[in-house]
Amino acid sequence: MSEITQPSPIAVPLGAPRPLLLNWRRYVPLLLVAPLLIYMLVLYALPVLAMLLRSLNDPTWTLSHYAALFEDVVFMKTFWITFNTSITVTLGCLILGYPVALGLVRAKTMAPLILVIILLPFWTSVLVRSYAWMVLLGRHGLVNEGLIALGMIDRPIRILNTPLATQIAMIHILLPYMILPIANALRQIDPSLIRAASGLGATPFMTFRQVILPLSMSGVAAGTLLTFVLALGFYITPAMVGGPRDITLSMLIAQQVDQLNWAYAATLSAVLLATALAILAAARHLPGVGNAFKTSMR
Amino acid sequence: MGEAGMNGAGRGASVTLADLEKRYDRVNAVDGVSLDIRSGEFLTLLGPSGSGKTSTLMMIAGFEMPTAGDIEIDGKSVVAMPPYRRNIGMVFQNYALFPHLTVEENIGFPLKQRGVPKAERAKLVAEALELVHLPGYGARYPRQLSGGQQQRVAVARAVVFKPRLLLMDEPLGALDKQLRENLQLEMRRLHADLGITFIYVTHDQEEALTMSDRIAVMNDGKVAQVGSPEDLYDRPTDRFVAGFIGESNFLPAIVRGMEDDIVVAECNGTTIRAVCPGRPATGDKVTLTTRPERLRFTDSAWNATPPQNRLSVTVTEAVFAGERCRYMLQAGDGTSLVLKEPSSAAIQRRAIGERAEISWSVADTILV
Ligand SMILES: Nc1ncnc2c1ncn2[C@@H]1O[C@H](COP(=O)(O)OP(=O)(O)OP(=O)(O)O)[C@@H](O)[C@H]1O
Ligand SMILES: [Mg+2]
Repeated sequence: MSEITQPSPIAVPLGAPRPLLLNWRRYVPLLLVAPLLIYMLVLYALPVLAMLLRSLNDPTWTLSHYAALFEDVVFMKTFWITFNTSITVTLGCLILGYPVALGLVRAKTMAPLILVIILLPFWTSVLVRSYAWMVLLGRHGLVNEGLIALGMIDRPIRILNTPLATQIAMIHILLPYMILPIANALRQIDPSLIRAASGLGATPFMTFRQVILPLSMSGVAAGTLLTFVLALGFYITPAMVGGPRDITLSMLIAQQVDQLNWAYAATLSAVLLATALAILAAARHLPGVGNAFKTSMR
Repeated sequence: MGEAGMNGAGRGASVTLADLEKRYDRVNAVDGVSLDIRSGEFLTLLGPSGSGKTSTLMMIAGFEMPTAGDIEIDGKSVVAMPPYRRNIGMVFQNYALFPHLTVEENIGFPLKQRGVPKAERAKLVAEALELVHLPGYGARYPRQLSGGQQQRVAVARAVVFKPRLLLMDEPLGALDKQLRENLQLEMRRLHADLGITFIYVTHDQEEALTMSDRIAVMNDGKVAQVGSPEDLYDRPTDRFVAGFIGESNFLPAIVRGMEDDIVVAECNGTTIRAVCPGRPATGDKVTLTTRPERLRFTDSAWNATPPQNRLSVTVTEAVFAGERCRYMLQAGDGTSLVLKEPSSAAIQRRAIGERAEISWSVADTILV
């Protein structure tokens, strides 16, 4: 008798139900996530879908809402402002965040403290932080008072309610999303590579340029994407500290909902969602980024 | 390698370590190491785990700052010099190849830092690949290579800029036995070809014995003994070296006097003569050491050399191991000895419990 046809000793007592058992086991992971899945489906996905559908079937099935966007000056301007703000904020986060990530990874005893400082914004609501920026950036705020005291300006300058205020506040809020993926990528660089580079004749700057920077690009890509996509949807901060005419897409959507202009709001939402998804999809094909997402989620 | 200039003396750096110390919080990783490494020498730092081999190497390379002492390369102190100015080749245990660079770019890396023009770089990289028997692998990434191939790339990268000194920290530690033996031979060949000074770290005594010109045995942050493989094996100066390199028998004895350079000692009523570098005083309690394969049964056909030392023993264990037989013996005072005898169908093997006399040469008896 060949060994292959002989049932294993464990399989014998189970006998017939074996295929059934196998099937049952396969669905265990699904059963475990089922409560959350149902929750998300009923309370989140369905309402969002219903909302998005309004851009297509209000009042009858039509693509006219989308077609109209191309001649819609308000939409075009808003879209541009949103995009522009997101790019500026992302660049700001990158420039400010990379050195911090580097410092965080290099620091030994100070590392936990630095991490707490980086994460502090996470534990405060966006609303509170935006109010704080209003206080700081206002006509008689700390920034203006400070600049006057230093003799750099004579009269208070207008910072609050300008695009600059939006950018400053958004960079503050989004910085951790840039720092953490970069720090994670930096931490995974084998220290012996840095020693090797140094031993082979690379000065610290050349080691940074040729070894550390390229090996941290996956983290940079992940941080940039995350920051940019989050920035696209910002609402509270630009509404509170930004200029009255500098309206972002999210603000426009809220405004339209207030006016019960559901179809238009739905169309704008669909465009915003599509933009974010398109960027994520496009970036997935950039070398290294697919992996970056996996590593940044560890 | 037939290239002119690749051969010849004087291509290697001389290295002097003077009372070198490295202290980490509480540990004295390196505790007063003094060593003169000659130009073009293959010197191995051999020692058990934690004996301070890597720490010593890291200080020579410049990755760690000595707590005390000095390091001179070609007569000039390098302690204050950063690693990237020292011009030393280094092979790490995990190879430390840059994962984002191809084999070619990895090997070209040190040349690029030195501003070597692209065309020249390509030529030198190709030569280096040739040297380590990997031509045609230049476009691959390190992850596309086997462990042995990665090791060769690391060696090529460490020598492509023609350093006068090459440091290697257990470069073969991660490879299987077969590959390790092949690469040991290649390292020897490379050393002969390049003519530069090699400082090699290993905890494998066999590797050290086959490859090195000289071995520095390290223990507890100190150098226990420096010498050629034969020196260390035939004339260990202390008990640690005798036990760490090869197998040794230790006999407790009391010094009874000297005959020229030979020590006359008494071991449980038997007189045994031994060679000794120092001059112990009469009445000193000492330890004598011999190698198991240098002991013979006095009545054995193998016993050709005129025996000078003799000892009565009882066989307590007999193991046939193919090419040799291994016997555990017990002397009158209970001291255990190992004897290894080449096996032969013509020789009657000893039985357990049998009483016998063993003998060995005075030259093979060392006082440690
Ligand atoms: N960075 C460090 N911080 C604290 N102690 C260290 C450090 N590096 C090494 N040591 C200690 O110094 C001693 C010597 O270490 P070293 O790495 O030089 O040994 P080694 O001979 O290379 O050993 P192995 O064969 O295991 O590699 C050890 O006790 C080790 O724990
Ligand atoms: Mg080591």
